[in-house]
Amino acid sequence: MRRRVVITGVGAVTPLGVGARTLHERWLAGQCGIEEGVGRCADFDPTVVLSAKEARRTDRFAQLALAACQEALDDAGWGDGAPYEAEDVGCVLGTGIGGMATFEDSHAALRDRGARAVPPLSIPLLMANAGAAALSMRYGLRGQVYGIVSACAAGTHAIGAAVRMIQAGDAEAVVTGGAEATLTPFAAAAFAALDATSTAGISRPFDARRDGFVMGEGAGVLVLEAADRALERGARILGEVLGYGATSDAHHITAPDPEGRGAAAAIRRALRDAQLNPQDVDYVNAHGTSTPLNDRSETNALKAALGEHATRVPVSSTKSAIGHLLGAAGAVEAVATTLALRDRIAPPTLGYEEPDEGLDLDYVPDSPRPLRGNGRAGSHPAVGLSNSFGFGGHNAVLCLGGAR
Amino acid sequence: MPATITSNQIEQTIVDALTRFGANTTHLTPETTFEQLDVDSLDLVELAAVIEDEYAVTIENSDMAQLRSVGDVVELVVARTS
Repeated sequence: MRRRVVITGVGAVTPLGVGARTLHERWLAGQCGIEEGVGRCADFDPTVVLSAKEARRTDRFAQLALAACQEALDDAGWGDGAPYEAEDVGCVLGTGIGGMATFEDSHAALRDRGARAVPPLSIPLLMANAGAAALSMRYGLRGQVYGIVSACAAGTHAIGAAVRMIQAGDAEAVVTGGAEATLTPFAAAAFAALDATSTAGISRPFDARRDGFVMGEGAGVLVLEAADRALERGARILGEVLGYGATSDAHHITAPDPEGRGAAAAIRRALRDAQLNPQDVDYVNAHGTSTPLNDRSETNALKAALGEHATRVPVSSTKSAIGHLLGAAGAVEAVATTLALRDRIAPPTLGYEEPDEGLDLDYVPDSPRPLRGNGRAGSHPAVGLSNSFGFGGHNAVLCLGGAR
Repeated sequence: MPATITSNQIEQTIVDALTRFGANTTHLTPETTFEQLDVDSLDLVELAAVIEDEYAVTIENSDMAQLRSVGDVVELVVARTS
């Protein structure tokens, strides 16, 4: 029988503040972390978690990951170290780009002062696997450790890969998630040139007035453990990864398939992997970027994959509260979904006011809503989907279960 | 280079740089080794850049292997500025 994989710890640094519970509580309270058109982690102070040397040896994206990781490990009861052989603990961390600020600073040094001025730490800081490496080194994680790069689907792909690693017997536990820090001049200009970001500076997923995403930064980290081992050590179980599905559109480098066929296939696969039916889904944490194309194709995908049930299930977007965290988005949203399922509540899509033609799902406007439970017994864990789609046509979907 | 550069000045430049790099330089003497300070090869490459900016002395990769202590770097800079 396949091994079950449970979530025993979560951590997050987001524009709503430091901490997974901070994200959960502030989003439920209807607070938005976006200021002046960006989702900056203004409360984040790297020196709280990192030594001066660690801070110099990491780009901001890895620093955010380290802070989220510390929280997740403490949450899992791993404060004194992992309760497994070091080689049995893996680490998979997603990112869209990696050390963007380091890349820009080092390139400026090359341009302005010549090749000898380029800092030796440039590559080790900017490489996309630097976050996974930093977590491995700081916490002595000696199993399979690598980065995953799939644009805005990276955080979800990372969690999916971590689940498979445990199911394959290659690890007893995996520290996983995603991190991104691209609030830089180059990234802002490049996304604006693509017409992907909101000129209004407002993230309002599924609303008729939506005009692009709001760029954010942050990190989300989850501690996943083989359920048998977690129960054996008496761990508190926060939730479970019930299923995972991933596909690709093979359609366009930036635009999603208009009908959301690849996304729908990923949702179906996640449900099949979880051995569940569409009507079992209590909540959908949408990718919901606030771009005209994504929110329409994702709505189509949910209708295609869930059928009639799509119009009954609450669908909301974390990006309405924190913006789009790119490669960290899927991880932060998995954290948010886990806590929402535990509390049996659907957080709201903030700012949703004007329905768009054809976008007619229940996007949970205004305020959070208790989950209905779809007629199952009250003790049954709530079931949610967390969707992520990335440039390149990557679709990744997690089926999560709340604490029992 | 003006002849007023002293060993003390060079040592101070090194201490300031290593402190910025995150090393604990509280009880540092010229004999303190980089190993004791947990200063590795990446730190030394950065230190070389600081020395080059400050004293126009180029420390090549081939010099690095010989540099085991703070005093070694001071001596090398003194030798090449005099």
